[in-house]
Formats: sequence, C-alpha cells, structure tokens
Amino acid sequence: MPGLKINQEKCIGCGLCVKCCALNALRIENKTALVNDNCILCGICVDNCPSQALSIEKEDSEQTDLSKYSGIWVFAEQYKGEVLPVAYELLGKGRELAHQKGCELTALLFGKDVSAEAQKLIAYGADKVLLCEDDDLADNLDENYIELFNLLINKYNPEILLFGATGFGRSIAPRVAARVRTGLTADCTQLEIDHETGLLHQTRPAFGGNLMAIIVCPNHRPQMATVRPGIMSAQQFDNSRSGKVIPVSMPKPVAKNIELLEEVLSSEIDSIADAQIIVSAGRGIGAQKNLALVHQLAGLIGGKVGVSRPLVDIGWSEYKHQVGQTGSTVAPKLLIACGISGAIQHLAGISGAKTIIAINTDPDAPIFSIAHYKVVADCVEVLKQLISIFEKSEY
Amino acid sequence: MKIVVCIKQVPSSNEVRLDPVTNTILRDGRQSVTNPFDTYAIEQAVQIKEQHGGEVIALSMGIPATEKLLRDAESRGVDRAMLLSDRNFAGADTLATAYTLSLGIKQLGGFDLILCGKMAVDGDTAQIGPELAENLGIPHITDICEFISITPKDIVCKKITDKGYQVLRVKLPALLTVVKNINMPRLPSIPGVLFGLSAPLEIKNAVDINADSKLIGLSGSPTQVVKTYMPERQSKANSIEGDIASQAARISQLIKEFI
Repeated sequence: MPGLKINQEKCIGCGLCVKCCALNALRIENKTALVNDNCILCGICVDNCPSQALSIEKEDSEQTDLSKYSGIWVFAEQYKGEVLPVAYELLGKGRELAHQKGCELTALLFGKDVSAEAQKLIAYGADKVLLCEDDDLADNLDENYIELFNLLINKYNPEILLFGATGFGRSIAPRVAARVRTGLTADCTQLEIDHETGLLHQTRPAFGGNLMAIIVCPNHRPQMATVRPGIMSAQQFDNSRSGKVIPVSMPKPVAKNIELLEEVLSSEIDSIADAQIIVSAGRGIGAQKNLALVHQLAGLIGGKVGVSRPLVDIGWSEYKHQVGQTGSTVAPKLLIACGISGAIQHLAGISGAKTIIAINTDPDAPIFSIAHYKVVADCVEVLKQLISIFEKSEY
Repeated sequence: MKIVVCIKQVPSSNEVRLDPVTNTILRDGRQSVTNPFDTYAIEQAVQIKEQHGGEVIALSMGIPATEKLLRDAESRGVDRAMLLSDRNFAGADTLATAYTLSLGIKQLGGFDLILCGKMAVDGDTAQIGPELAENLGIPHITDICEFISITPKDIVCKKITDKGYQVLRVKLPALLTVVKNINMPRLPSIPGVLFGLSAPLEIKNAVDINADSKLIGLSGSPTQVVKTYMPERQSKANSIEGDIASQAARISQLIKEFI
C-alpha cells in the first residue's frame, strides 16, 4: 500500500513534522513519529524533516513506453478569429523548452476562419501549426473541442501540451486531461526542463500563493499545464521564420449538448484581467467618494480600476472589479495599489504584475513585501497630486 | 430533479508561516471548513429543489472528519450525504479524485444535475468539475453566475467569461460549476440542525465503490509534488521618500514609462 513511510532509524523524534502538519496526521510516541489514519499524503512533512526520515512511497506502476512521445504543443486559443496574446506568450516559453529538448514546437489553431493567424503563430516561434477550421469551432464550446484534442493527441503523441489559463483554457484543459488520462498542473508560474530527468518541472502557487510547489508528471503523457496570461514573455515577432501548416479535419458528429443562446461583451470584465495598467484601491482609500479619484487617475493614464475584497463586501464597488484569489487574477505591466494592505488572497491575485507601486500609510503593510516601489503616504493625497500632474501633462 | 453537490473540506486559513529557528513551514488553519465556493453550490441545489422538487445529495471524498461538514450541509437543506473515505484515496491529485467521485456518483443510481463550486481555495485548480464530467461522459459548463430557467430536460444559465458573459442552454444530465455570490447561502435552521444530526449519511470505502486500486489515491495520480517552498517575500521595494508632492512627482515619472 502506498503511503507515508517513516524510517525509524533516521527519525530523531524532534516533532517538526507534527508541527507542520495541517491535519494533525502525525504524532510522536516513544521518540519516533507515527502516522495517523487521516494523512492525505500532502508531503509537507517530507520537505520539513531535518533528518530525511520521511518519504512518500508509491507502488511501482507499470512502466509505460514514453519513447513514442515527443514535441511541445501550445493551444493557440482564439476569440472570433483572433489569437489571444497568451498563446504568443506560451510559444515564447515553448520555444525555450523545445530548444532544451531538441524537439519541435507546434501550435494548435482551431476555429472558424482562422487560417490567417497561422503565419503569425510561426512568426512567434511555432515550427508547425495544426489547423482545424470548422463552423462548430466558432463559439468556443468545450464539447466541440474534446474529440478533436483526443484524436490529435492519440495520433501525434505530444510530450508536452500547454494551455493559457483563460476562462476557456481552465475549462477545456482538465476535460482533455481526463479524456487522455494524464496529469494537469494549473496556473504554472514557471516551466522548465529538469536536466537530470528531462521532465517538465511545473511550478505553481498553492495555498493562496503562500507556498510554491514544483510538480512533475513522470509516467503519463502529454505533460499538461496551464499558465495565466501575462506570466510568460512572447519572443520577438519574426515574419521571416518559416513553418508548416498542417490542416486537420474535425471529427464528426459533435455532441450538441450545449447551445450558445446569447453572448454579451462587457468591456469592464474584459479589461481587468487583461489590463496593462491597473489602479487599485483598498480600505485605505477611506471613503467611497475617494474611489472617484481612483477612476479619474485610471482614466487619465489609460488604466483600469481594481479593488480589494473589503470594498466589494461593504458595497462600495462591484464584484467585477475585485482583484485577488476570489476575484480576478491580474498581470498588468503596472499596478498602482492605493491603500491596500495586502491580504494573502489579494497578493495571490496580483503576483503576476510586472511593476507594483504600493501607496500605504502603514510602512509594515504586507503589500510592500511584493511591491517594487514603496510609498509610505496617504494614498488619497498622492492620488490628488497625481491627477493634477496628469491633467496638466500632455498625456 | 436529483441533484448531487460535491463539497471539499479545506483548511480554515491558507496562512503559512516559516518557523524562524528551524526554517520549517508551519501551516495554520488546522480547523477544517467547507470550501467557501461549495457553500454556494449547496445553496443553489437546495433552491432548485425548493422550486422544482426533487432531492439534493452532498458528496465528498475526504478523511472521516469530513462527516461533520456533510452533516452541516444537511442542516442547510441537503437531504442525504455520501462520504468516500479510505486511506487508499490519500494523495489523490485531481484526476484520481475525479475518478473516485465519479464512482461515488454511480452508486447513487442516476442523477440529473451535478453542482460544484468554481474551485477549492486550497488547491485553486478548478479542475475537478470538468474532469468529473469527463469521467461521467456528461457536458459541463464552468463559472455559472445565474440560473435563468430550469426544465426536467435542460437548463438555461449565464456563464461569466473573460469577455463578458454567455447565455447557454445545456441538456441534462450535466455538471455545472458556480461562482461566488450567485446566491446568499442560508444559515442552518434549528430543525435543520436536528435533521443534520441524524440525517442519512453513507460512508463508503474503495471496495464499496468498486474502485480500481491503480486509479485512486497516490497510485492513480499522474502528478507528483517534487518539492514545496515558501516564495521569497523579502521586500526588495525601492522606497520613494520625501513630501507628498515629491513622492507624486517620482510616481508620475514611473507611470509615464508605461503610457
């Protein structure tokens, strides 16, 4: 039976494992650690044991032949015929990984009337584009994509498959992973090939960003991961690159269990997750009327407005503006955080921001721990000054 | 309508501290609570039952103590519950968990609708819903923020997307995941609490649900954690000093680099 094993000879009975277990699944008896029934094998104690006495043992699963799998695939999600920026970012990372592995990088372009985008994918780093054009792929309905993915994965045996962690990506990727029975790591912030094993090391935040975990998928293929928009960098657009476009046909019939009746676009929702500049406000803004300053500055510098959860809870702002673990995850180039103390859940939602300027009266506010620029001041006063500067400037 | 709600036990807090002396990761939040997103799924299921009739069954895979949370769900309008609990389930990643839950659901003898929370706050993967739907071979829709109409054959609902929202019609049986704030979860009533104490609750192990031992728990999990570590939170921030006017002037210079 697999489980947490304790090497009694190595265990020194220090009790650190008992302390770090969130489930009280360990106890010390006669100066050695023992495992209780409620252990969920999370592995935190293994990393914490100073004498390497703990290990998680897994039954030897039958070795699958992994040699037939090769190549890195990136799902190039498109919306109404236009490929999303996250696809180019994934190609940038995919290019690096393909270089390390010495394999090809393939983009998957599925949709209705999307062939014009294929050359762009090649210019951003793809060696090949698997292109499927079909009316049933027009509306990004998951069920129409599953058979197509299944067919192509079984035909071409890719080693790695990456998705953008968009709303659609987070819905279709697990469905595909379950269909081909492989592992999937959500919201990776780093991807790299381990030199020793050749496996994809997938780093992701856990426990609301308080802990980072490196995850591998050793015996199943493809190794699948999703990455949030804005985390990876696209490589330079190079239109002289050449590549091959391979048309594939859509497996029919499609299920038709889900029907799109209406689609409403809202620029607000669209903007916050993809925004390049965000001005965000927390409780330190003081009064609801001061939120107008935040909107005003955002308008002047071409940014969008975000808020921390407390402002939504007290009704000063709407949920669609909420940034954080239970709101939107954002990855702007610039984030100006006004009067946000920085609860862990909030920090989890902004960790992808490239530059954070935090303004807070409390010099010890947690937000400063991830900020790039620290401004200890009353954010309302700073906002007023900034507004007057940008009203005068030609920007 | 027969509705299954999947719930997960999560730590009450995601706080992680580093013991300064031993450099050990210490987890707070030893108290366990129902994943907040799942409380909206429970409420939604109970509201659908109240309007359209039927039965709501809460399902969880977890340690024996999860029974308490299932009874809490029963005090809030859920009719009966099933807990899948076995040491062999331990160490399950999302694929193994979805497989295990699908076997639990097959024990229930048919269903019309499965509701899940959008994601769990400890893992944040949002994978269980779609993976469970695939295991059951039914359609799924994630991020539902409103139920518009419900018939025995289909549901029309509103899904939040990155671009706005979509109104979709889905044939039943189906699996839907709901977002926060889709409703206002009720508090348990006194009769509810009394019901919860003695309400039907089945506990099943791997053998009871005919689980393939290669597909559950650690053995059935393609993904493995190689290492966990605390992200560096050492402040590397450049401090912008001075009076308000000079601070604002410096900030405005920084902003201008971006616009």
